[in-house]
Formats: sequence, C-alpha cells, structure tokens
Amino acid sequence: MSSKTEHMESEDKLANALKELEALKLENAKLREQLSGEKALDAELPMSLEEFSRYGRQMIVEDTKGIQGQIKLRDAKVLVIGAGGLGCPCLPYLAGAGVGHIGIVDNDTVETSNLHRQILHNSSKVGMLKCESAKKVLQKLNPHVSITTYPVRLGYSNAFGIFEGYDIVLDCTDTPLTRYLISDVAVCLGMTVVSASGLGTEGQLSILNFQGIGPCYRCFYPTPPPPNAVSSCQEGGVIGPCIGLVGVMMAVETLKIIMEIYTSDNFQPFLMQYAGFPQQTLRTFKMRGKKQACLCCGDQPTITRASITSGSINYELFCGKRNYNVCSPEERMTVEEFEADYWKNSGLDYILLDVRPHHHYEISHLPNTFNLTVKELRDMDGDFAKLRSKIPPVSKEKEVLVMCRHGNDSQLATRLLKDQFKIRNVRDIKGGFFKYIDNVNPSLPKY
Amino acid sequence: MVNVKVEFLGGLDAIFEKQRTYKLNVEGPDGSTVTVGDLIDYIVQNMIKNDKDKEVFIENDTIRPGILTLINDTDWELEGEKEYVLEDGDIVSFTSTLHGG
Repeated sequence: MSSKTEHMESEDKLANALKELEALKLENAKLREQLSGEKALDAELPMSLEEFSRYGRQMIVEDTKGIQGQIKLRDAKVLVIGAGGLGCPCLPYLAGAGVGHIGIVDNDTVETSNLHRQILHNSSKVGMLKCESAKKVLQKLNPHVSITTYPVRLGYSNAFGIFEGYDIVLDCTDTPLTRYLISDVAVCLGMTVVSASGLGTEGQLSILNFQGIGPCYRCFYPTPPPPNAVSSCQEGGVIGPCIGLVGVMMAVETLKIIMEIYTSDNFQPFLMQYAGFPQQTLRTFKMRGKKQACLCCGDQPTITRASITSGSINYELFCGKRNYNVCSPEERMTVEEFEADYWKNSGLDYILLDVRPHHHYEISHLPNTFNLTVKELRDMDGDFAKLRSKIPPVSKEKEVLVMCRHGNDSQLATRLLKDQFKIRNVRDIKGGFFKYIDNVNPSLPKY
Repeated sequence: MVNVKVEFLGGLDAIFEKQRTYKLNVEGPDGSTVTVGDLIDYIVQNMIKNDKDKEVFIENDTIRPGILTLINDTDWELEGEKEYVLEDGDIVSFTSTLHGG
C-alpha cells in the first residue's frame, strides 16, 4: 500500500469520527432534555419511576386502590417483634410490598437449629444478631424501606419507648409472657396487634385490639395457661413451612390493615387455625369481642401505662414458671463426673435411664441405656413391677443415673424414682445429653 | 341422644389417643337435652383414658385456661358456653393455644 492511500484513509477515518462525535453530542443533548423533562414529571409523582415498576404488580390489583394503597404502605410504620420462625417469612413480604418503616426487635443470635424455618438467616450468619441478619436481607430486597433494629429483650421497662412511633405491632414471639406484654402495651398506645404462633404442624393467627375496639390478648386468655402446658419450638419441635405459612399470613393481615381493607364497621374478631398435617386445613373461628371486665382494655382497666412501666404488673409471676429445681446437690452430678466415674469405669454396675421422648432418643443416644419418659414413669404410680417390666435389671438397691436433653426432666424423674419407686441411689446428670455432648463427646449427634 | 362431632386441636389430641376428631352419640342426664357441659363431662369420663391427663383438659370444673372452645366454629362465649344445647350435626372444637414463634 502507498503512503498516499494511507493518508487518504486516515483522513476519511477522521471525518467519520467527527461525524460520530456530532451525532453523539446531539443524542446527549436529547437525552439531557428527556431527563430534565422526566425530573419535572417526577417531582409531581408520589414516588419514583423505579417504585412504579417495583410495586406495579400489586398496584394493579384493584383491592389495593393502586397508588392510594401504595402511599399508605409507604407511610406505614410496622414493628415486628421476633425475627424467627414467624418474623422471617413475614418480613420480606412487608419490605417487598413497600411498607415504609419497619422495626425489628430481637436480641437472639442465629443458631444452626433455626435455619430450617428462619429463612432470612443462613449458614454463614450463625452467631449474628437475628435483627441485623434480617435487616441485611431486607435492605437488599428493597432499598426504599427504612429499617430500625432493636437488639434488646423486650420488657416492661423498654416496651413503650420501642412501640411509640409505630402504627402496628406484629407479635412473632414465643412465650405467653411476651404475648401478654405486647398486647398490654399496644392497648395502652391504641395500636393494632397482628398476633400469631405456631408449634409442631399447627399455627394460629389473630388481630388484637383492632383500632382500639377489638378484643385484646387478655380478652381471649384472661388466665394464663399453667406453665407445664406451654411448649416451645425448641421443646415441641416445629415444621418450617407450617410456621412459615402462618408468618406469611401475618403479612397478608398487616397489608390489609394498612390498606384499610378492615374497617371499624366490618372488622369481626377472629382466630385462624392452620393445620399442616395430615391434610392441610385452615379454619377461621368467630371470636368474642372486647370484654367489659378486661383488666387491660375493659371499662375499668388496672393495667395501664403507669402500672406496666413501674413494674407493678408482674408478668413473671402472672405467667409462672415450671419448677425443675427439685433435687438436692448430692442428688446431682456433672457430665464430667459421669464420664470419669461411670462411663469410663467399666467395672461399675449401674442403670443409665434416658428420659427424653422416644422420638428424640431414636435420633441419637448413648449405648446400653433405657428410655422411659417422665410421663411414663408418673403413669406407673410407683408400681415397681411395671418399672421392672421396662427396666429388667432394676432393683431398689441398684444405682440409677438419669439423663434427659437439657437436665430438667431428669430432675423430675430422679424425684419420682426416689420418692415413688423408693430406689435409694438415684442421681441426675446435670445439663443432660446435650451438655454431655458439648463438654465431653462432641462426636455424638446433637439435634 | 345427640350426634355431634368433637375435635381436639393444637396438640390436644395427645390425650385422646392422637385422634383429632371423634363422632359421638351423647345421652343427656335427664334423657332429653344435651348441653356442652354434659358433653365435657362425657369427654372427661369416657374419652380421657389416663386419669393424670384430665388436668390437661379440665381445671376447677371447667375447660383449662389456654384452651379455646368453639361451637360450630364460634367462640363458645358467644353461644352460652356450657349451657348451649347441642343439636345433631354440631361440631364442638377444643384447641390448645400455641405459643411458639
């Protein structure tokens, strides 16, 4: 190729480049114009164009009343207490729907045993505060939502400070004590409560103190259940999607409250009961209204802001506690003593009784142990023949060691074996099978 | 004599041989009407096999706190509680309150 043609080609290239530059300049100016026009339009819109597309699919559901409903969601302030089995499935739907302000109260940290149901957390977050773990996920899901975390244990002294400023409170907690406290504080502040619970394969859901007119938790349950009738997820177990469904239903109820689907005219007190097994069923029970004699929301309340914050409403006393402290120090031994003096000492003749439920025992247990629950022991009414039919080598002189999951039931069983069956030498292994795994033999499966 | 269905929910089936629903024929004490109170007596006397389980269901002669009683899916407080006179086909449900979360 000659140098002349080379020169001509480079001139052509330059001219083309200049043309392209002009075109780009023009396009740029057009885009600027468009953008400033959009901005002007944006200023008149209630939310950004991004939010229009984000919430479009729910705004076009007629029941939401479109933008009107969306603005209500944006202005709503919802407090979620508990970021566990109920809070986790509920929260992303609230954030996703554009609930503007969400508070999360939880002082627990993520444990591996939570992950099958607490779906905002994951394996890399074990040990992290649940409220912070939840916040991370929700902020990524919807950056338009402002999230406040409260890594504290809810109590009578801090509840009012946390609740104030929110419109609706979601009770995703797991004890009667917090359920009464949340309801009482919400009644004092005129807040509506979406309250749910779950255990095993079942769940329950209700709206309490709706606009200050509905019944409160105390109207439904003026007297707390006896503490031994209360079971936790840790104790009774829970199927992830069963409690998850109830958490998702809480989100549905919350959206309906915010969008004013429920009104003081149409609201009827209810309790929904979900069962996952054997066939899934969902029932809605029609419930009593506010009770005039209710100590909290009735005509002459004694449970008031002043009586709660002063601590004169004693929730611990009201709800009671199971008393497991029924063994003297001589009747108990540590897992280390058990290991050194008994388990490793093959010459000894003793009986090791594991009193966990049979389906727990089947998951993992020590070899050469017997398995009878406290209930089964109690039902024998001290009849030694019945005990021997289950534990053939037992006698009143034989040494018996008792173990359970965490060291509570084993104390009750120790008492029964000594007092009812008159076995002289019975001792409880403190902290139970799990403590033994933690301190002595971590190679055993802990569930 | 009245034919009713009873249900034990929220884990209460544990004291009823793990069966959630039962169809019952209940005779009233005076042979004519049968109230929910009579039904509860019948359940306690005939259906709770283990005497020690009775306190799970009944306390101070009424349903234990923490158990809701529903008559045809309605809170029994709205239906006259124990005085409600049962009719053939009625469904009486007992559900233990759940606390887990």
